[in-house]
Amino acid sequence: MKILVALKQVPDTETKIKVAADGKSLDGSDVKWIVSPYDEYALEEALRLRESAGAEVTAVSVGGDKAKDVLRNALALGVDTAVLVRSEQTGDPLAIARILAAFAEGKGFDLVFLGNKGFGGDNASVGPMLAELMGVAQANVVTRLEVAGGRFVAEREGDTDSEVLEGSLPAVITAQRGLNEPRYANLKGIMAAKKKTIEEVEAAPVALAVTTVSLDLPASRPEGRKLEGDAAAQAAALLGLLRDEAKVI
Amino acid sequence: MILVFCETRDGRIRKPSLEALSEARRLADESGKVLGALLVGASCAGAEEAAQYGADAILKIEAPSLAAYSSDGYAQAVADAVQAKGATVLLAAATSLGRDVAPRVAARLGAGYASDVTALAMADGRLQVSRPVYAGKAVATTSFETAIQVATTRPNVFVATPCAKAGAVEALPAPAGGFLAVVKEILAKGTGHVDIAEADVIVAGGRGMKDGANFKVLEELAEALGGVVGASRAAVDAGWGLPHSMQIGQTGKVVSPTLYIACGISGAIQHVAGMSGSKVIVAINKDPEAPIFKLATYGIVGDLFEVVPELTKAAKAMGLGK
Repeated sequence: MKILVALKQVPDTETKIKVAADGKSLDGSDVKWIVSPYDEYALEEALRLRESAGAEVTAVSVGGDKAKDVLRNALALGVDTAVLVRSEQTGDPLAIARILAAFAEGKGFDLVFLGNKGFGGDNASVGPMLAELMGVAQANVVTRLEVAGGRFVAEREGDTDSEVLEGSLPAVITAQRGLNEPRYANLKGIMAAKKKTIEEVEAAPVALAVTTVSLDLPASRPEGRKLEGDAAAQAAALLGLLRDEAKVI
Repeated sequence: MILVFCETRDGRIRKPSLEALSEARRLADESGKVLGALLVGASCAGAEEAAQYGADAILKIEAPSLAAYSSDGYAQAVADAVQAKGATVLLAAATSLGRDVAPRVAARLGAGYASDVTALAMADGRLQVSRPVYAGKAVATTSFETAIQVATTRPNVFVATPCAKAGAVEALPAPAGGFLAVVKEILAKGTGHVDIAEADVIVAGGRGMKDGANFKVLEELAEALGGVVGASRAAVDAGWGLPHSMQIGQTGKVVSPTLYIACGISGAIQHVAGMSGSKVIVAINKDPEAPIFKLATYGIVGDLFEVVPELTKAAKAMGLGK
């Protein structure tokens, strides 16, 4: 079995977001970069499948030199091959999906894993787009996965319940929290990864489908009000304000 | 044509779909376009309701092969409809299903896509949208470079407004079947039939609840206010048996209710990402320095186990939640 895991490098979730001078991109100067949290579940699931069923795992990331950090970490965790697809493209999920589809073309991947959402753009769309471009099945926001006999069974999170879906391989699976408990790289893995090579290829040229016109910080909420008195007085005051001032009840 | 993919549940169009329809009606009026509502399934019973929310046309794709949801099957059906009607804008609600099918449709059509949008406009005949990014820490305004534009709308941001139109019903051909992946079973777990993303009032508990059983006091308040109960990641991760579908935050649901009551929630950035779009925020916390108070419209520094039951009592006395 051949497995591809697509990893995205994103700002740490605790990062304070600053807008760059161009008014439409992130000021990356003080940003700590990490692998998008959901991608860790994607990578872990690929590694587990390799251990249980035997597979060759390739990690790929679309980006520049700094994206090599997430690939180095993937090597430390045990992927067989790590590939940087060089591109400055960002912010357009269809462009990224097209770049990934072009990379995967002809390589015979049975499974492609991604996080269900990349922190930052938060579009949660590259997985389904990639599945469509590759002409394969998708299982999105997956919390449980079984693969056997060229088919898969996946449990995916719905709005109020879970859905169990069945499909044929190849397939694109997007991982949700709960799918597994990701491992950490050990020292031996980290040392071994330093000696491994990260392959580099140029991204296929793609046209942008969407453009970010501006990036703004959200309007700050007006200063709130603290309510005084004992619990009963606070409760009465609150309900009065919700009814008469905020008019929401 | 502007097309809105509508979901039904129990023979009614879901509220987030009606919200998308209403917003699309406004865009259609603004840009002189026709508004179509698109329904897909084994049966599209309830589709006629779209006419009351502004649909000039109601398009149904009905076939036994569409009885169970299939990402690729539905994407094919929706994309075919967009092309058959020459629609240039496709909207869907950013529900679990909408977020699954819409990006696949966009890729199929070579269309630009934006997810979970909170504002829409037409500029030079094309869609322009605003959407929260970096878990709500910034807002991006996005324009489209493609002839067809696809977006999903965040639930509870737009208002479903009745607006009667002709709603002429038309049946469109369905894909043949033989889909790549199909839903075989729905597992009832989590919040049951209540989707917290659709709720007007949410009472949420955090680490300060101390135990899962204590969520009973929140349920009583939620019931008295006609709302539902949610939880922070800290509470869901605490091993109290709370389902992940209750979780509000960056790694859970993003909600925008009219009223959000945070009980024993400190206001970690992870949680704020999921609820900062709430219209009115109430914080109840023992710690006067808790960051949640910076967001709160109304703050109560106090013991939630004293304050919440008082609120329930007073809300019941006022006859709320009826």
